[in-house]
Amino acid sequence: MMMNNNGNPAATTPIERTFIAYVEDKPGVLNRVASLFRCRAFNIKSLAVGRTEILGVSRMTIVIDADTYTAKRVEALLYKLVNVLRVQEVAETPSVMRDLALIKVGADSEARAQVLQICDVFRARVVDVAQDALIVEITGTEDKIEGLMEVLEPFGIIEMVRTGRVAMTRGSHAPTVDPEFVSARVPEYSGK
Amino acid sequence: MKLSGAEIIWRVFTKLGVDTIFGYPGGAVLPLFDAMYDCPIRNVRVRHEQGAAHMADGYARASGKAGVAIATSGPGATNLVTGIATAMLDSSPVVCITGQVNSSVIGSDAFQETDVTGVTLPITKHNYLVTRAEDISPMLREAFYIATSGRPGPVLLDITKDAQQGVIDYDWDDTPVRLPGYRPDLRVLPEELERAKELIQNAKRPLILAGHGVTMSGAGQELREFIEKTQIPVTLTLLGLGCFPASHPLNLGMMGMHGEAYANSAIQQADLLLAFGMRFDDRVTGNLKTYAQNARKIHIDIDPAEINKNVKVDVGIVGDLGETLRTITESLPRLKHDDWLETIAEFKNDTVMRDIQNVPVDDERLYAAHVINDIWRLTEGDALIVTDVGQHQMWAAQYYKLDKPNRLITSGGLGTMGFGLPAGIGARVAQPESEIWVIVGDGGFQMTQAELSTCRQEGFKLNVAILNNGYLGMVRQWQEFFYERRYMGTPIENPDFVKIVEAHGLTGIRVEKRDEVDKAVRAAQAEEGTVVIDFCVEGEDSVYPMVPAGADLDAMIRRPEPQKTRKK
Repeated sequence: MMMNNNGNPAATTPIERTFIAYVEDKPGVLNRVASLFRCRAFNIKSLAVGRTEILGVSRMTIVIDADTYTAKRVEALLYKLVNVLRVQEVAETPSVMRDLALIKVGADSEARAQVLQICDVFRARVVDVAQDALIVEITGTEDKIEGLMEVLEPFGIIEMVRTGRVAMTRGSHAPTVDPEFVSARVPEYSGK
Repeated sequence: MKLSGAEIIWRVFTKLGVDTIFGYPGGAVLPLFDAMYDCPIRNVRVRHEQGAAHMADGYARASGKAGVAIATSGPGATNLVTGIATAMLDSSPVVCITGQVNSSVIGSDAFQETDVTGVTLPITKHNYLVTRAEDISPMLREAFYIATSGRPGPVLLDITKDAQQGVIDYDWDDTPVRLPGYRPDLRVLPEELERAKELIQNAKRPLILAGHGVTMSGAGQELREFIEKTQIPVTLTLLGLGCFPASHPLNLGMMGMHGEAYANSAIQQADLLLAFGMRFDDRVTGNLKTYAQNARKIHIDIDPAEINKNVKVDVGIVGDLGETLRTITESLPRLKHDDWLETIAEFKNDTVMRDIQNVPVDDERLYAAHVINDIWRLTEGDALIVTDVGQHQMWAAQYYKLDKPNRLITSGGLGTMGFGLPAGIGARVAQPESEIWVIVGDGGFQMTQAELSTCRQEGFKLNVAILNNGYLGMVRQWQEFFYERRYMGTPIENPDFVKIVEAHGLTGIRVEKRDEVDKAVRAAQAEEGTVVIDFCVEGEDSVYPMVPAGADLDAMIRRPEPQKTRKK
């Protein structure tokens, strides 16, 4: 085991962490990022990738379970990738995190009203209605989505898809994608 | 000007100062080799692509420039893999070019198709799949820039055959390479320097750990000035050997698994470690839980991801070593550490007596350490030493005392057997005038022995010393110490090396006794072509001291006192 014990239990207990990575929009970049996690045996819980407001720059939201040491390692290793522009762990700042799910629920005309009522409570939307099924769209935290799934379970969930978590820090600032230097310094540990 | 992608490659190479490439042709690089026909760049035709990668690595380490290896697609490319991984772990700037099948058939399991960028992704600093002639020049320039800057490392370009054949308008572009995600921040913060300075001034038992980074950044002089002003002793990693003179009284020699016992004791007793351009590899730390527990730590490295990786440090400074050391040295007063140096002198204790060098000469036995020592003496300690991996490598590190930097080329991080001979060839290309001694074991030599043909064909002069003990000696040693001498897989029945060498049209000499060593070494030095000396050394000799893998750094197995040396 690495020397990561500072006598501070929070530093050594794995907790869920969310990273935002701005990367160049080029072939193979997703593979490089995924490979980094694979070859260090870090398990990715969720990974969402998409374009950004900047041409040629993609944004990844990566969720892993990690202690402080591992989190800092991940950050430093991501920076070693030539195509990675900026990395930020969002836990360090107040942020909004969302997941989106589409859930196909079995519901004949009899059950439909009940499902609609549940959706209303969860502020989910019905986006497709068929004879004996509905597609429900829900946006929110993972907890909220799982809550909805739990109550929809008895009706029979036919199919489900989730985007994975996306995150954004609160306030008017965004991480600069084009900084003068790419700072990849692993911050000092607190405590001795 | 209209040029093909293949022609552009040679134009760019010429602009970037490439004088030699190490290559092996094949279907997917035929356009590239054809375009080379009219190019003044030298092609060293290897016998196996692994050799090409090691030669490019040896060339890079001996020249300080990027080395270039070229192979065809599929098996040609996968044969490079061991060499690329070797360069990666030792931060060596190697640029590999592999051919790839036509872009239209990529992914169809075409003949000799392998996903080479996929295979080499985790063992390169960066890699490229090049499918258009237009991309060749910019990507090649980026590749050389990435390979040689920051913490150097291997970069691979997998270039499809149609990209090599495509004809485009070409003009050399000399604007600086722009890589938005590759701009490491190497500015040293004043508060970090301040904290480092404070730790250095307050330390009673400080010790410097100097590594490959010192040599790579050319910071030897800055290190010397720092040491002489602060009187802090220094111990070196394997790849750091030579970055500070072995003969200097403040140099404790090598640290780690086969380092000097007193250097390891000093690390464990130190109250401040100053790690310069080294990465706390497990072979130098032993058990991390008990490693230098009483020491505060200052780590200076160019790679931010190395700070706090294996060992938690108190001050981590990311930046160029030479520059940082100069700033620190200027701001420090002269220091003295006489008590600490006396303590270290006590640690030396019976080290000298236990040294194999002090085993009386015995006509019946030839010890590897004696051979290395004789080579050191006869070359006046000034040859370029290239080693393979194993016991002979450790003996070379222990007994070929280096006073100058860049005099030892060895596979440290990956420990690649078969590295020695091809790396020696690469070094020869980089340094046509130097005296080069390639020190290998009988096991590793046979892995890339085919490159003897390359020596012959290209007219290279190397002196090769095989320390032939009839075993895979380092593994045998572990079996002796940790597996009750159950020698499974380690004894080797060797061919007649002298005959093999002679079959290549080169000179082979066999040495079985100590008093034959001088004559053989001098004969090799006098000969114009490559000479291979088969030193038939003691079979069951071991490298001492030894820290068992994962053990505490000061829990060393010491050489038994000489009179107790076991009889055969």
